[in-house]
Amino acid sequence: MNWLNINKNDRNLLIGFIVVVLLGPLIMEPIGGGYPDLLQKFAIFGIFAIGFNILFGLTGYLSFGHAAFLGIGSYTAVWSFKLLTMNVIPAIILATLLGGFFALIIGFIALRRSGIYFSILTLAFAQMSYNLAYSVLTPITNGETGLQLRLHDARVVDGLFGVERTAGLPNTELFGLAMSGWNGYYFCGFLAIVGFFISLRIFRSPFGLMLRAVKSNQHRLSYTGLNTRPYTLAAFVISGMYAGLAGGLLAVTDPLAGAERMQWTASGEVVLMTIFGGAGTLLGPVIGSAVIKYFENIFSSFNEGILLNAFSFLPEGLQQAFAWTVGLFVGEGWHLTLGLLFMFIVIFLPGGLMEGATRIKSLFQSSTKGSPPIQKDLPVEKS
Amino acid sequence: MSNETPTNNSRRNILKGTVAIAAASTMPLIFSNKAFAANYTNEPTGSTVTFGFNVPQTGAYADEGADELRAYKLAVQHINGEGDGGMMNTFSSKALKGNGVNGKKVVYVTGDTQTKSDAARASAKRMIEKDGAVMITGGSSSGVAIAVQGLCQEAGVIFMAGLTHSNDTTGKDKKANGFRHFFNTEMTGAALAPVLKNNYGTDRVAYHLTADYTWGHSQEGSIRKYTESMGWKTAQAVPTPVGAGDFSQYITPVLNSGADVLVLNHYGKDMVNSLTQAIQFGLRDRQVNGKQFEIVVPLYSRLMAAGAGENVKGIFGSTNWHWSLQDAGSKAFVKSFGKAYGFPPSQAAHTTYCQAILYADACQRAGSFKPSAVGAALEGFKFDGLGNGPTEYRAEDHQCFKDVLVVKGKENPSSKFDVLEVVEVTPRAQVEYEASMLGGNLGPYNNG
Repeated sequence: MNWLNINKNDRNLLIGFIVVVLLGPLIMEPIGGGYPDLLQKFAIFGIFAIGFNILFGLTGYLSFGHAAFLGIGSYTAVWSFKLLTMNVIPAIILATLLGGFFALIIGFIALRRSGIYFSILTLAFAQMSYNLAYSVLTPITNGETGLQLRLHDARVVDGLFGVERTAGLPNTELFGLAMSGWNGYYFCGFLAIVGFFISLRIFRSPFGLMLRAVKSNQHRLSYTGLNTRPYTLAAFVISGMYAGLAGGLLAVTDPLAGAERMQWTASGEVVLMTIFGGAGTLLGPVIGSAVIKYFENIFSSFNEGILLNAFSFLPEGLQQAFAWTVGLFVGEGWHLTLGLLFMFIVIFLPGGLMEGATRIKSLFQSSTKGSPPIQKDLPVEKS
Repeated sequence: MSNETPTNNSRRNILKGTVAIAAASTMPLIFSNKAFAANYTNEPTGSTVTFGFNVPQTGAYADEGADELRAYKLAVQHINGEGDGGMMNTFSSKALKGNGVNGKKVVYVTGDTQTKSDAARASAKRMIEKDGAVMITGGSSSGVAIAVQGLCQEAGVIFMAGLTHSNDTTGKDKKANGFRHFFNTEMTGAALAPVLKNNYGTDRVAYHLTADYTWGHSQEGSIRKYTESMGWKTAQAVPTPVGAGDFSQYITPVLNSGADVLVLNHYGKDMVNSLTQAIQFGLRDRQVNGKQFEIVVPLYSRLMAAGAGENVKGIFGSTNWHWSLQDAGSKAFVKSFGKAYGFPPSQAAHTTYCQAILYADACQRAGSFKPSAVGAALEGFKFDGLGNGPTEYRAEDHQCFKDVLVVKGKENPSSKFDVLEVVEVTPRAQVEYEASMLGGNLGPYNNG
């Protein structure tokens, strides 16, 4: 019974992570993010990025098609709600499994190449999935409108257990607990903790070491007589399962699955999240996804009225000028801010936000204790 | 924490984990308790009430979205008694007094739908959960409107649909909490077909290019239904992706298809691009089957016509409203919109302005913002003076019924805004249909 056998630093990291998840609403409240939908997105995209990081951060294989698994997870979950039951357990299990299954197929083919060719292959598969979902498979995916629940869905299992049909659309539930709002957040948060713990174990395991070896020099590994394919494929499938789980959770908190979830921009987003936070680090991807989702939801909502209000202490002319200038970077212009921030990170902190944190920490520690930084993860540029 | 080594404290860790999980599962109860305090979702308790305006600010429909937002701001001013009052002066219901709604000043929050269902639902959720919006309105794509309408039904707030033309919005995807003022493709088909018959005859072969989503399919279906029943044939109907930009690969096959009419089931920038490219390919200069080749754009707006410029001349389509209408309501709206922004409003601006006023009026008459009460006030509500003549919010499907305008690109425009002329005002009776025809089920109101 040594299943939680992790060293002290990792244990503190895990406890810290749990505390942050539990206190999420209180932490986000002062900066205008303390509402369920945004925190659900933090947890869900955190899971997505954690999974992506197992592939990209450890093996260095840059997949540009992970959104496909996210979309597959969402469609699976919504179909589970439609056909089986509104309980979320079967939905997320099926979503995870199907995400993994598709990752197995795509990974089997795409992993025959590495580097840029691998990226292009995954991108092509994702784009294929997107187009299939968007128009070809409309009977399954409901095309552009997206798959939604209907009043007269079968819900066989619910029928067997004699769950009474509501007059309106039913809610997704966990044994009677509605999965919208804060309940949904804590459910996603719990799974994010589990996902984080599994990722931590993988990072510290011999398997994780093997993956790092693939990243640092795959050729050398091959010359020692090792077949690296099973390792990379396993990493690919695991990250596909994380993506499937994240997609399933998106449907749990909001039972709708749309094709745009599979678009290449969504795949690019998770790459951004991971690099932003720090690829190859444990916490980085989670932080990266939180920052990007925060920008997308909060910065984009600042309209002219809010800006004029914020600068109301200034004289009339200055107020207009300030509101106009800042307005370029918020509201519709939130992409611009994100782009600038991203450039700054990549140029000055190639290891992402986590590198920044480590630098500050080591600065602090060298001045007091003089010991080297505790966490030494592989820097991102050595891919 | 303890100083023990990691190997012999697993029991302690399991205990800790159990405590954490227990805490995690009780935590939600603390927060969700708040939700049961109010009678309905986001019941306004202070001196203000918040409306949520969810429009595309980026993407293929961004022009429409920008115009919708202008109209919403104007509507809020008028409801709060600022400005010249616009169509509130001509509106047949006099419940609103220019002092807000139910004594509360109207404030608003905005969001960008990006013309994507996910993004639209995320921004609508933000407005409901964080900003406390009691009503969501907007949308310039039927796919998005249907997605957001579903969300509002679940969340228990009213959704006042903006520019959405697909039958499904108040057809098979209709929801009790959703209301639509805009017309739909069924009405477009019924109104446009007789005009096409008079101008182009009954012996035509049509080729459809269709935006590949709910609205495009709905539009294509309605046009085919009405044109085929008067004798037209359909050569082919090709779906095109939304926001494609370049349509030349879809237009080339039209030349050899034997079709003599091209129906462009496109909207926004897509329509501007596809029409411009069709003209560049010389389609309108061709003679096919001994007849002049014609192009039809079933859903027109001034913004699109202005974008396509010269190319719209003589092309037929339908529209919900046009700024050149001479009734008192339209004139008042054009005047106050023009004064605020310096140009006439589009049909998107008109329908969203109407929706904001209609919602505010219904709340005032109901004396509450409770969705079921507001809905009851809107169901079967007959009104006039909002630019479309006598109009009714049908109770069975929450769809407005009113006259439909058939328009044509003007041959000799007098200004850059004067690009469409009204060919015919199709009376309501001619475009009306049974609510059961389009399927769907409203279900009960959800008050949250």
